[in-house]
Amino acid sequence: MSRHVVATVGEIAPGANKLVTVKGREIGIYNIKGEFFALANKCPHEGAALCKGRMVGLAQSDAPGQYRLERQGELLKCPWHGWEFDVRTGQSWCDPENTYVRQYAVSVEAGDDLLKGPYVLETFKVAVEQSYIIVEM
Amino acid sequence: MNIAVQDGALARQATRLSVVDCDIHPQMRSPAELHPFLSDRWRQHLATYSNFPRQALSETLAYPRMTPDVARRDAWPPNGAPPGADLDFMREQHLDLNGVEIGILIALRGAGTQRNIEYGGALARAVNEWQAAHWLDREPRLRGSILINPEDPFAAAQEIERCARDKRFVQVLLPPRANEPLGRKRYWPLFEAAARNGLPIGMHVGGVSGYPCTNGSGHSSYYMEEHYSQVPAMQAVATSMVVEGLFEAFPTLKVVLIEGSFAWLPALKWRLDKHWSRLRDEVPHVKRPPSEYLREHFWFTTQPIEEPDNPEDLNKIMSWIGYDRIMFSTDYPHWDFDDPRYVFKAKIDEQHRRMIFRENARALYGLE
Repeated sequence: MSRHVVATVGEIAPGANKLVTVKGREIGIYNIKGEFFALANKCPHEGAALCKGRMVGLAQSDAPGQYRLERQGELLKCPWHGWEFDVRTGQSWCDPENTYVRQYAVSVEAGDDLLKGPYVLETFKVAVEQSYIIVEM
Repeated sequence: MNIAVQDGALARQATRLSVVDCDIHPQMRSPAELHPFLSDRWRQHLATYSNFPRQALSETLAYPRMTPDVARRDAWPPNGAPPGADLDFMREQHLDLNGVEIGILIALRGAGTQRNIEYGGALARAVNEWQAAHWLDREPRLRGSILINPEDPFAAAQEIERCARDKRFVQVLLPPRANEPLGRKRYWPLFEAAARNGLPIGMHVGGVSGYPCTNGSGHSSYYMEEHYSQVPAMQAVATSMVVEGLFEAFPTLKVVLIEGSFAWLPALKWRLDKHWSRLRDEVPHVKRPPSEYLREHFWFTTQPIEEPDNPEDLNKIMSWIGYDRIMFSTDYPHWDFDDPRYVFKAKIDEQHRRMIFRENARALYGLE
């Protein structure tokens, strides 16, 4: 397990995502209202690149004729077949036990913390005044 | 330790599969792309009267789709062309990436749904010339389908004759939803021309019959209902062809049902055979049990693939139908595209995989 600097905090706007490659794997970094999440970029159904999907809300109904939209912007809809994934858990809404996307741990750390200690930052320029998104993998 | 990473995506590895894709939709950058292939008379008609299909909506489908242009959201070329309209992007995103050795074009341009029969025929011919010039001349992996307007079966037969001389056209294309059930005798001239030229009939879901998709009830509320209704539409057209005696009249005729799925076929065979054993004297021209015509004359494409709860059930269904009748298709660039690497959740043995992904289509269409 190692920790990978994948973006600055300011780089990914709320509702947007950034695709990065870590250890040869594509990972989408998602910003939901200031919180960051990392999901494998491959739909478990047929392999579509999930980062091309839209962020949507969860349409819910208690009975026919009654509708509400919850958790706006927190679900990722696959760009191909429209499977809805909860970005907070990686689980699909319709088949959460069997159809889910791999999640990776994400943290946000200040630049001056990253510069302390024996870290290796090969290509990423780290500035003290910035905060960075870190993925563990 | 902390490791900085490079931005961006790795190039996705191309599959080592070699597949024949029986359903690729080429698109136009704009309707004007077709104009050079229409005569002055029909260009003027189009400018003055526009399209006039058998429904209230002129330039869209009866039910709104969940994605623009019915397309995968990643299928929009970087140059801004509509999905399926840019050959270079199609090569990169589909033909090269998915190991498509041969791809069969299905140009959906509504020639058979025009109320103006003559214009429908002119539209079909223009689409066929456009296919050759814009796609077949530029990409040797692609094959064409001869679009016809079935509502003018004599003109359709002529168009089949004209295009059949170009061996890059491998089938005759029409929608299962026509003015009347397609097995009826008024359509036979087109089937006769197809059989004479050894061309299978490809029926891709869709068409606008002018009636609700519920077949006899009113209009349905949702796209989800309309999407499903492609299945009973396919069942109805296959049944019509069998009970009208089409295959007694044209014993060499072959029919491919495209994008209509296939798991429903065994149940339809059981039901029709049951009816036939009691009602045969109403249709004495149907000399054998209906299931035999369905087994001999019909082929099926895979997309959108059935996904039973127990994936292994799919093998059972395919064995009932016959693995030799099932052909892989993607529907690129449409939203319910199937990826050849992930389409089958069941384990399918190597011999049957080869048949489905490649050999059945090569044999049926005589592909080289």
